[in-house]
Amino acid sequence: MRKPVVAHLLCLSLATLVTPAFAQDQPMQARLKVVASFSILGDFVKNVGGDRVELTTLVGSDGDVHVYSPTPNHAAKVTDAKLLVINGFGLEGWLPRLLQAAGSKATIVTATQGIAPLKVGSNTDPHAWQSVANAEKYVANIRDALAAADPMDADFFRKNAQSYLANLEALLGEVRQAVSRIPQQRRKVISTHDAFGYFAAAYGIQFIAPIGVSTESEASARDVAAIIRQVKTEHVPAVFLERVSDPRLMRRISAETGARIGGTLISDSLTDEKGDAPTYIDMVRHNIKTLASALAK
Amino acid sequence: MIYDALIAPFIDFEFMRRALAAAIALSLGGAPIGVFLMLRRMSLVGDAMAHAILPGAAIGFLLSGLNLFAMTVGGLIAGFAVAILAGVVARATDLKEDASLATFYLASLALGVTIVSIKGTNIDLLHVLFGDILAMDDPTLLVIAFNATVTLAVLAVIYRPLVIESVDPLFLRTVSRAGGPAHLIFLALVVINLVNAFQALGTLLGVGLMILPAGIARFWSRELTGMISIAVASAIVSGYAGLVLSFQTRIPSGPAIILVATALYVFSILFGNVRGLARQLFPGRHLEA
Repeated sequence: MRKPVVAHLLCLSLATLVTPAFAQDQPMQARLKVVASFSILGDFVKNVGGDRVELTTLVGSDGDVHVYSPTPNHAAKVTDAKLLVINGFGLEGWLPRLLQAAGSKATIVTATQGIAPLKVGSNTDPHAWQSVANAEKYVANIRDALAAADPMDADFFRKNAQSYLANLEALLGEVRQAVSRIPQQRRKVISTHDAFGYFAAAYGIQFIAPIGVSTESEASARDVAAIIRQVKTEHVPAVFLERVSDPRLMRRISAETGARIGGTLISDSLTDEKGDAPTYIDMVRHNIKTLASALAK
Repeated sequence: MIYDALIAPFIDFEFMRRALAAAIALSLGGAPIGVFLMLRRMSLVGDAMAHAILPGAAIGFLLSGLNLFAMTVGGLIAGFAVAILAGVVARATDLKEDASLATFYLASLALGVTIVSIKGTNIDLLHVLFGDILAMDDPTLLVIAFNATVTLAVLAVIYRPLVIESVDPLFLRTVSRAGGPAHLIFLALVVINLVNAFQALGTLLGVGLMILPAGIARFWSRELTGMISIAVASAIVSGYAGLVLSFQTRIPSGPAIILVATALYVFSILFGNVRGLARQLFPGRHLEA
């Protein structure tokens, strides 16, 4: 922890030495330092901020944001950051520890601000980004925060956000159209972890999950039996595997009920460049395509 | 009514039958191993070995995803390496077994965590390795049954030297040289059973199904055959009752099984035949004569 603090102080003193001479001539050289808590937020920040922000994503592609534990390297980034973009709704349980450890003075931007939370039991379901309409609010929040933190580039951020929001709006249209093609009585699936509450509420596809809201909890025999009964009585056409949870449980349920294994839905993190979902838009397209083909006759 | 509570879950649901089969296989292999661990005062070694296995299995996971074979082999290699190195060091130098095992398992754990961090994913080790007894597919079940069979067969072969070494190692050293190999083979069996248990219950709870039945058996029998039989029986009962408990309440299955075993253990401490607390407070008539 010592080194980053020293480096930070060094930067500060250099900056005070250098700034007076160059401030008038080159006001836009320093890029805004932004830290995003996980890959999907990182994608939003990238789309709005473009090359005017220096972005660090704490939980990168394929990581599990529920069980992340910070590294010193990340703590150093947080110390330097001007903005820290988080999801909120209790997703980043490790955040207070990290902020304290890093001694950060970053402004915290809660991307879910203004979104009505859904409850799972007594907990808030954090996976609000699964609804594209919510993602638009995320982007608007991020745009406003970036503009406030760096007024010089505010117009640039607004322009980027506008074109990205237009893409999201088109995406929303695609999703609605795909859902409308699935017969009403087949719009239900089983998925390993209830990350799709907002998706379900927005598009009217029912998600039944064997495990609680976090990937950390283990299923009881009673839960699994209840799901098997439900699949049998309600004729659920497909069960879905998620990348982060134990797929063997899903296969067991599928074997016992005859429901189709519908492929992989992506919930909490983007994939790397070669994967199915390097960006948020790719993720939504991948999910809706997978769902539509599993639920089609 | 009783039928609905105790038997119907297993008739109605295949996953319950598979979970029960896994519990029985784990009990048959693990409980005798637990008894020997206890007799050799190595009960905590099981716990240490569980940590030594973690990194190997994690490496297997990183190389080929949630692949049963890779994780099993990785766990076995890491566990064997630590067990054998620790055994060799303990026998060749003055360092005691527990101390040398502690150093090796800590090193192994550190290595595993390092490898996982270099790879850059933040998937929690324990989370990945937490098995689920409700999710027994054919390969997992076969691996567990196979390992239990191997354990029993090997145990039968090394039974004699192992028993003598557990009770009187000096005597064995004077009459035979089988002590060293028997000890190493026994450590290998410990590893196999731990890897076995982590498929079903996760590493930490898996150790529980090995050690707790041995503790229970200690209160009911003075001789080895009796102890092993009671340990196996109480492990199977814990497995069955734990599954029923998990089916009737919402307690996850792994913890439910261990909680039942713990309840049996507490009961044994209080009312056990052999030096249970109640026996000591109210000695039977035969002691007065």
